[in-house]
Amino acid sequence: MTRSCAAGSLRRPFSSAAVLLGLLALGGIALLAPQRAAWGVDPTQMPTPELQARYSGLTHELRCVQCQNEAIADSPAGIASDLRREVHDMLLAGKSDDDVRDFMLARYGDFVLFRPRFALKTAWLWLAPGGVAAHRRVRIVAHRARAHRAGAC
Amino acid sequence: MNRFTLPAAVFALLVIVLAIGIKHSPDKGVIASPLIGKPAPQFSLPSLTDASRTVSSTSLRGRWYLLNVWGSWCGTCREEHGMLLEVRQSGVVPVIGLDWKDDDAQALSWLTQLGNPYEVVAVDHDGRTAIDWGVYAAPESFLVNPQGIVVYKCMGELTRQVWEKEILSRLPKQQTAKS
Repeated sequence: MTRSCAAGSLRRPFSSAAVLLGLLALGGIALLAPQRAAWGVDPTQMPTPELQARYSGLTHELRCVQCQNEAIADSPAGIASDLRREVHDMLLAGKSDDDVRDFMLARYGDFVLFRPRFALKTAWLWLAPGGVAAHRRVRIVAHRARAHRAGAC
Repeated sequence: MNRFTLPAAVFALLVIVLAIGIKHSPDKGVIASPLIGKPAPQFSLPSLTDASRTVSSTSLRGRWYLLNVWGSWCGTCREEHGMLLEVRQSGVVPVIGLDWKDDDAQALSWLTQLGNPYEVVAVDHDGRTAIDWGVYAAPESFLVNPQGIVVYKCMGELTRQVWEKEILSRLPKQQTAKS
C-alpha cells in the first residue's frame, strides 16, 4: 500500500454537519466552563448587576496572598474568602473601587494587585517596554538613513 | 563595538534581574509587609481566657510586645510553641497571642496541653483583625515598639535564629538585659 497525498485522494471522514455540531458543542462547553468554575468557589450575589460587575472585576484583579497565582475570586483558600467578604462589604457600604484597592495595598502591599499601579517603585515596569521600542525605532531609522546614503536601496 | 556586545549586555542584565527575582521570589512564602515602620493596626477583641475582658491595641501602648498570630489548626504553630515558651521564660518581651479563626475550646485545650506562652490572647473569630495586620498564613509574629510602631515581622516559624538575629537585635539593651 502506498501513501498518496494527491488532492483527489483527500479523505473526508466527517460530514460538514457533524463538524458544525461538534464545534457548537465545544463552544457551548467553553461558554459554560468559566461560569461553572466561578460558581464552584464564590457563590456571592450582589444586589444589583452594576455592583456584581464591580465585585467580579475587583475579585479578579486582587491576588490571593496565600496561594499567590490565583485571583481571590478563584481561590478556595480561607484567606481568599475572607478578602472577598471585605470587598463585598466595602462595596455595599458605598466605597469606591479605589478605596478597596487602597485597603488591600495598605495591608498586603503591591503584591496583591495583579495589575501593578504606577508608582516610583513600579515605574520601570511601565516605562521599560516603551523605552525599548523607542530605542529600536531610533536604531532602525538610523540604519535606513545610513543604507540610503550608501545607495544600497 | 562588536555586534554581539549589546545583546550580550542585555542578556547579562536579564540574568541579573531574574536572579534577583528568583532570590526574592514570593514562592518562598514571604511577602514584605507594608506595615513595617507604620503604626500597628487598632483592634479591640475579647480575651480567650476571660471573655468579659477585652484586649486592645491602646492597652498595649507604652511597651515593647511581640504579637504572635496562631491557631490550634496550624501545624507550624506547634513547632514554634517551644520557642515561644522560652521567650516567655526569658521575660525579655511579652508575647501577645492573636488566636486566628479558631475554636475557643480547642485553643484553650492547646494552651493547657502545651503550656501558655502568652501574657494574654486576643480572639479573632472572623479574621478581620488579622486582615488589618496583613496576615495571610499562620504563624506570623510582629514586633511592636512602645510608640506603637511595627518594627519587624517574622513570617512563618519563629525559630531560635530569628529570635536571636532579628528580634533581640532590635530591642534596646536595657530590655534584653532582663534575660
